[in-house]
Amino acid sequence: MGLFDRFKKKNQEKAEDLASSEELAKAEQPALISEAEDTPALDAKVEVEEAEAESEADAALDPEEKSEDAEDKSSEEADQQAVYEEGLTQSRKGFADRFNRFLANFRSVDEDFFEDLEDTLIGADLGFDLAISISNQVREAVKLENVKDKEAIKELIVRLMVESYERQGENEDQSMHFAPKGQPTVILFVGVNGVGKTTTVGKMAQRYKDQGKKIMLAAADTFRAGAVKQLQEWGDRAQVPVVAGPEKADPSSVVYQAVERAKDEQVDILFVDTAGRLQNNVNLMQELAKMNRVIQKVLPEAPQEVLLVLDATTGQNALQQAKLFKDSSEVTGLVLTKMDGTAKGGIVFAIRDQLHLPVKWIGFGEKASDLRAFSAEDFVYGLFKDLVKN
Amino acid sequence: MAFENLTERLSKALKNLTGKGKIGEEDLQASLKEIRLALLEADVYYPTVKKFIAAIKEKAKGAEILDGLNAPQQVVKIVNDELTALMGEKAVPLNKSEKIPTIIMMAGLQGAGKTTTVAKLAYKLKKEDKARPLLIAADVYRPAAIDQLEVLGKDLDIPVFSEGTDVDPREIVKHGLAEAKANKNDYVFIDTAGRLQIDEALMTELKDIADIAKPDEILLTVDAMTGQNATETAEGFANALALTGVVLTKLDGDTRGGAALSIRDVTGKPIKFVGQGEKPTDLDVFYPDRMASRILGMGDMLTFIEKAQREVDEKKQAEQLEKMRQNTFDFNDFVDQLRQVQNMGPMEDLIKMIPGMAGNPALQNLSIDPKTFTHMEAIVGSMTKQERENPDLLNPSRRRRLAAGAGRPIVEVNKMIKQFDQMKKMMNQATKGNFSGMEQMMGGAGMDMSSMMGGAGMPGGNFGQKVQNFAMKQAARKMKKMKKKRGRK
Repeated sequence: MGLFDRFKKKNQEKAEDLASSEELAKAEQPALISEAEDTPALDAKVEVEEAEAESEADAALDPEEKSEDAEDKSSEEADQQAVYEEGLTQSRKGFADRFNRFLANFRSVDEDFFEDLEDTLIGADLGFDLAISISNQVREAVKLENVKDKEAIKELIVRLMVESYERQGENEDQSMHFAPKGQPTVILFVGVNGVGKTTTVGKMAQRYKDQGKKIMLAAADTFRAGAVKQLQEWGDRAQVPVVAGPEKADPSSVVYQAVERAKDEQVDILFVDTAGRLQNNVNLMQELAKMNRVIQKVLPEAPQEVLLVLDATTGQNALQQAKLFKDSSEVTGLVLTKMDGTAKGGIVFAIRDQLHLPVKWIGFGEKASDLRAFSAEDFVYGLFKDLVKN
Repeated sequence: MAFENLTERLSKALKNLTGKGKIGEEDLQASLKEIRLALLEADVYYPTVKKFIAAIKEKAKGAEILDGLNAPQQVVKIVNDELTALMGEKAVPLNKSEKIPTIIMMAGLQGAGKTTTVAKLAYKLKKEDKARPLLIAADVYRPAAIDQLEVLGKDLDIPVFSEGTDVDPREIVKHGLAEAKANKNDYVFIDTAGRLQIDEALMTELKDIADIAKPDEILLTVDAMTGQNATETAEGFANALALTGVVLTKLDGDTRGGAALSIRDVTGKPIKFVGQGEKPTDLDVFYPDRMASRILGMGDMLTFIEKAQREVDEKKQAEQLEKMRQNTFDFNDFVDQLRQVQNMGPMEDLIKMIPGMAGNPALQNLSIDPKTFTHMEAIVGSMTKQERENPDLLNPSRRRRLAAGAGRPIVEVNKMIKQFDQMKKMMNQATKGNFSGMEQMMGGAGMDMSSMMGGAGMPGGNFGQKVQNFAMKQAARKMKKMKKKRGRK
């Protein structure tokens, strides 16, 4: 079953769930409904009514028959999905609004239509090349299948996007890699200025610490004023040691010390926070390469992960960043931050389409728990769910 | 450097028009389509693109260029004018309060560069206007944000007012303003925490701070790499606050500059400053007209000249000019010049300010090793006093010695001496003639840029030259204007 079909199914199930839970809520406490009102969009409401009849029959059978274990797991999954849906509320609204506005103007399939479609896709930060490519695919499909109906066009466009997303994502490895037991894992964080590297390090340290790992942080951003202090504060919060050098020290020296110490003290994971650097600054990119070499002097297998932190509000420059950072420091994955804003996140599609770098983490907010392992499926679903009809 | 890709695509779009005496409706349409794609690719907000294209179409028709003479140049001019208009015509200075202090408040998303901009702007005012600014650290949320401002303040010798992270930002601002009053500071900067424009609690706090401080200037800080989302951000902040201007940061990256082009259109507020580097001095006033010509690959001679004036010791310069006129320019002066050029910033950026250089595909991947200068200095350092003063002495045997002394291959020594000769010749001409002489050199084969840049060729073809001519004439006109202005003063 393709991703797109799974969506449809999910939406259907959702509607059923909603119907049953809504009935419950109605019975118990009518006030709850108004609070929950912002989640189901108008579309969903209509569906809910349609689905009500079916679900009444289903609801009686379904939930109870599952075993305890499965319920636990499914609730965790549901939790994950809920976070994505909640975190992407603004983005989804941006996406759906844009599409609905675009379709509201729809009269016939002509040159203007495709121009508007390109604008819409680009407006969602999908990136120029991908937008043009999807627009071209739509052009073909419209000709072949002779699509004229508004709803059919909408479905066609969403289907093409989801399919290309799925196709391009094949063989992408979203898991984190760790060193074999007994050796420290080194995770290097890189990125341009102000994307949230230090914050991500802090959050991730907290997360792995909670899993019972022995953590150490290295403050290799010796350039920006206050950066070391900032990391130390995160270190204090998570109660993990932070290795720092003197002000304006060579970052590689700090890294070296940290790696040595991590090895001696048998730390599980060492997080290395580096200074922000613009990808076109050759010297600073070479500095990164040097850090890599220094790490490998002590631990030839490290760093196990080099995570490029990207700000979700960045436009197509994110592609450029990924490309150039990949060249200098063998980036293994991406962290997408600040997704809780109005950023469309369309850049995820563009990155997948052109660079095949897996997004591994996604940040929905300021709290440590707002940093989540990236789920490709939940992500697109969170963005498109209002647009997919069952 | 920023805008590179946009420049290249726009040049390509306009290139279609050249070589044609007349421009037909179809040619114009094709070019406009290319321009549209170029702008969209550069992350310009798409309604802005629409408006922009419509405006050009309108003007092109109005000017009846279609049958007119020299049509391609007219189109370039129209695009140039519209770009300038899009970014706001004129540079807008900082608002100043009648009574001290002038209060400047920052706002923006996390990581846009507010704190860095505060420090840079305060330093600029201190250096250029002898101001006595006070910085208020009102970011109590991000860990160590206050430390960051304090460290910057200490480095730049600018006082910072802070009360730790346990005090409400509103109170901090009140107390900070009282302190500024007591100390008679003439500028007060309020550094606020980064926030999402949809975070209601934090936006209310920002509004409260604005009510308390009644700032003369509320600057929205925007990352130049922002994509289509720039508009949502700008609108969100503009709805909550009476923004007075925008600071565009990280313009030293390789952004295609969409935010720079759309932000004025979206907010209706002028871009006042652009941040383009890591040093405290890397903040410049934003000039829409200069930016427009930079985007069109017509260079930015004015900024180039200003930068030179800022960094160059005038007395020394006069001496050197005199020397050039007398044709006694020697290697000592050469090294001096090299150092001055180095102080002006990265060579790549400087070269692209020269008309016709930015859009030049041959220079696209140009990156000049900063060490080249060090190597040149080393070679000059290996010369005897006589050799430096009398370059004609340098015979092959001496050159071999120089190569050994500087630890550089002999070809490099030869290359440098050749460059020195060219520079001497060029400067000699420039001091005698005026811009028309220079123009000839740039456009023609007078200056062998290829040898200077290690194999990169000059912009070829008709179009490059035409744009250059246009840009050169414009620059010359502007320079004349500036001179007149100065004369009147």
